[in-house]
Amino acid sequence: MTRVPRDCDVLVIGGGNAALCAAISARRSGAAVTLLEGAPRALRGGNARHSRNFRVMHPGPTPWTRGSYPAEDYRSDLDAVTDAATGAAADGTLARMLIADSAGIIDWMGRNGVRFQSGADDCLPHSRKTAFFLGGGKALVNALYTTAEGLGVAIHYDSEACALHLKDGLPSVTVGHPKGLQVVRARAVVVASGGFQANRGWLRDEWGEAADGFVIRGTPHATGTMLKALLAEGAQPVGAAGHCHMVAVDGRSPGFDAGIVTRLDGIPHGIVVNRDGRRFADEGSHTGPTRFSVWGDRVARCPGGVAFSIFDAASEARFRPSIFPAIRADGIGELAGKLGIDPAALEATVGSFNAALGSGGIGADGFAMGTEPPKTRLAAPLLVPPFGAYPVRAGVTSTCLGIRVDGKARVLRDGGQPICGVFAAGVIMAPNILGRGYLAGSAMSIGAVFGRIAGREAAAHALH
Amino acid sequence: MPCTEDHPEDIAADIMAEARRALEICNACQYCNGYCAVFRTLKARRQVGTADLLFLANLCHNCRSCYHACQYAPPHAFGVNLPKSLSLVRQRSYRDHAWPPLLRRRLRYTGRAVVIATLLAVEVLTLAAILAVPAGTLLGRHSGPGAFYRVVPWEVMAGVAGIVMLWSLLAIALSVAAFWRGMGPAPAGVSLPAALRDTVLDVLTLRNLGGGGAGCYGREGGREGGLSQTRRRFHHALFYSVALCFASTAVATLYDHLFGWQAPYPVLSLPVLLGSLGGGGIMAGTAGLALLKRRADPVPVAASVTGGDRAFLLVLFLAAASGLALLALRGTAAMGPLLLTHLGIVLGVFATLPYGKFLHAPFRVAALLRAAMERNAGSRTRPPA
Repeated sequence: MTRVPRDCDVLVIGGGNAALCAAISARRSGAAVTLLEGAPRALRGGNARHSRNFRVMHPGPTPWTRGSYPAEDYRSDLDAVTDAATGAAADGTLARMLIADSAGIIDWMGRNGVRFQSGADDCLPHSRKTAFFLGGGKALVNALYTTAEGLGVAIHYDSEACALHLKDGLPSVTVGHPKGLQVVRARAVVVASGGFQANRGWLRDEWGEAADGFVIRGTPHATGTMLKALLAEGAQPVGAAGHCHMVAVDGRSPGFDAGIVTRLDGIPHGIVVNRDGRRFADEGSHTGPTRFSVWGDRVARCPGGVAFSIFDAASEARFRPSIFPAIRADGIGELAGKLGIDPAALEATVGSFNAALGSGGIGADGFAMGTEPPKTRLAAPLLVPPFGAYPVRAGVTSTCLGIRVDGKARVLRDGGQPICGVFAAGVIMAPNILGRGYLAGSAMSIGAVFGRIAGREAAAHALH
Repeated sequence: MPCTEDHPEDIAADIMAEARRALEICNACQYCNGYCAVFRTLKARRQVGTADLLFLANLCHNCRSCYHACQYAPPHAFGVNLPKSLSLVRQRSYRDHAWPPLLRRRLRYTGRAVVIATLLAVEVLTLAAILAVPAGTLLGRHSGPGAFYRVVPWEVMAGVAGIVMLWSLLAIALSVAAFWRGMGPAPAGVSLPAALRDTVLDVLTLRNLGGGGAGCYGREGGREGGLSQTRRRFHHALFYSVALCFASTAVATLYDHLFGWQAPYPVLSLPVLLGSLGGGGIMAGTAGLALLKRRADPVPVAASVTGGDRAFLLVLFLAAASGLALLALRGTAAMGPLLLTHLGIVLGVFATLPYGKFLHAPFRVAALLRAAMERNAGSRTRPPA
């Protein structure tokens, strides 16, 4: 790789959506910009490479969005997820900025090479709230990198920010890359390096041994090094260190970067048991898009961080298979053996579940009578061999700990005063708005809106 | 055991298994469904069987946008390389549906056979002419109506070309019929005119080579990051130029049979104008496509299919170039040899159509028609929104 220059106006730490928006916007504001991406070129783009859509406010139909999504609806959707999770409202000012500025995301992205898919395309999930980019996140990331390179942003791959120095004068960063360490000084720094979900030690501090069972769905470079450094410098934390956005994934997923494809679709159709062979939650409680995250959370709290989705040949036809082959057997006991579960325990669980359905019957909506815990929807006995199973683990999208920023994306200290020359954008400041909550397409919108603000403000600060 | 031996059956099984694995990941992801019909057609399937593989592989136009946009492309642990996987299946599908069936296990798509057959056609024709036509006539200057037929009599020209064309058409038709069956049963209750109209539009616009507006992926770099419509434009140039050459031949046939006007025709006549435009377009299209192929990122390309692609582009280029050379030099003593060369190359091209890269065209049309039929059947069963 080329050597990282010693000095620049704006140093962007991170290589995902927020970092790219910050770099492009700082460069367009006239600053000399250097961007540090921890990943190699082929795997660049942070978690944005696995993303798919922006949540955008729009007053009426556009070529890329259906219907309308007024600011009030956006706000109430935000409040619903943040309130439900924390009881604490999101930062009202930042939320209003997000909503207002989200209306310009599609246009800005379009001018920077990103293409969107027609909102009327019936291949897309029906959504009036989000716009889908053509080809998904990696296509978006490719386009933004091409634009940034064309504008003259100095992009450095395999370059991890290891330490942040704010003590004397200009901020500087120690950069680790395959050729060694180097210190880069800048007039302003934009930190857009995401959460800390790829830091197993930190996860273990928060979750105990259960963290060892977690699968990380995104980049292995989200180690939280800069997040920790900023907290050590006195930045004010927001969100919750002990919370993650999680979904239920096939337990055989690779440890990092498997993105969307290892999500398990069919959990509500069968039963779910822990490693002791016991049911522990209502499989029918969530059958819509929330089922993924609900089960992520539940499985994260299971002993060993693992559970098993069990189904029979009849129910298997009703959902999309995993990309990994189902573990199959002609009998429940045999299946338990293959899963490493006590066969007698699993046989007892399935036997009593089937018996309850047989005697109590199945009510409206597939409500199973007399099972404990209940199964409130899609209840059906497991009778038709071969029986199948998928191991289930919690797949972490990102952590929910961030740092406080103001409307100029400046990082704030505990007392509320900004840290001079340090800005933040993307998932590292998303908890200001989302708390512990999650709303499809909102993290990408936060990255786009506050990335642009951070880039612009950092350039203004640097060129002041 | 040394691994120097090819085991075609094992390789076929590997190719199919790898394509199936990739498509199952694609179906769970579906981020690429704005690029082309492959992903939409895939989405309707819970699992991918052999018939689906054949269908989807031939529906793929190899624009490689999906590879460029793939979050699971190498060096990712999943190593998804859909364009490469599908092009290998596609090549198997040509081979497994070749006609006569005797050839099915024997054909290799290295392109060597196409080039050798074309050279052979030139050789045979030249040899026959040397034996049958006096040297003075062969190397003489000829002008006026019927000049060509003094070197190669019309009956011979039309007869040989007719037999070769008929054989090729028969072989292609039977190959496509076998492939159509290979894609599994067609959906029922379809409005065929509507599906055919969609298919014709797909073919004429190459919509599926457009990467949903972003274009084909060639190689990293450039203002659009490696995406452009250039390949589609060169393919259009080639396709429509071949059409112009057919139009030229058709007009010439009318001139001959209806009006008794014998070739060669004046430079400003319709057949010569159409043919010259077509010839120039074929040369530009083939040269452009070959150049893009040469410069392309090699990772999403299966090396074993490019030989056949190049050979087809080469013989088409030579057919056009020899035709234009014949036009330029038809008043000179070179007319005889050039006529034999041009006719030989054209015969070679026609004779090898069913056994080389050309087969991608009718197979793709069949796959597009099948996809249009599925869409049509789907929209009929779907409840109104």
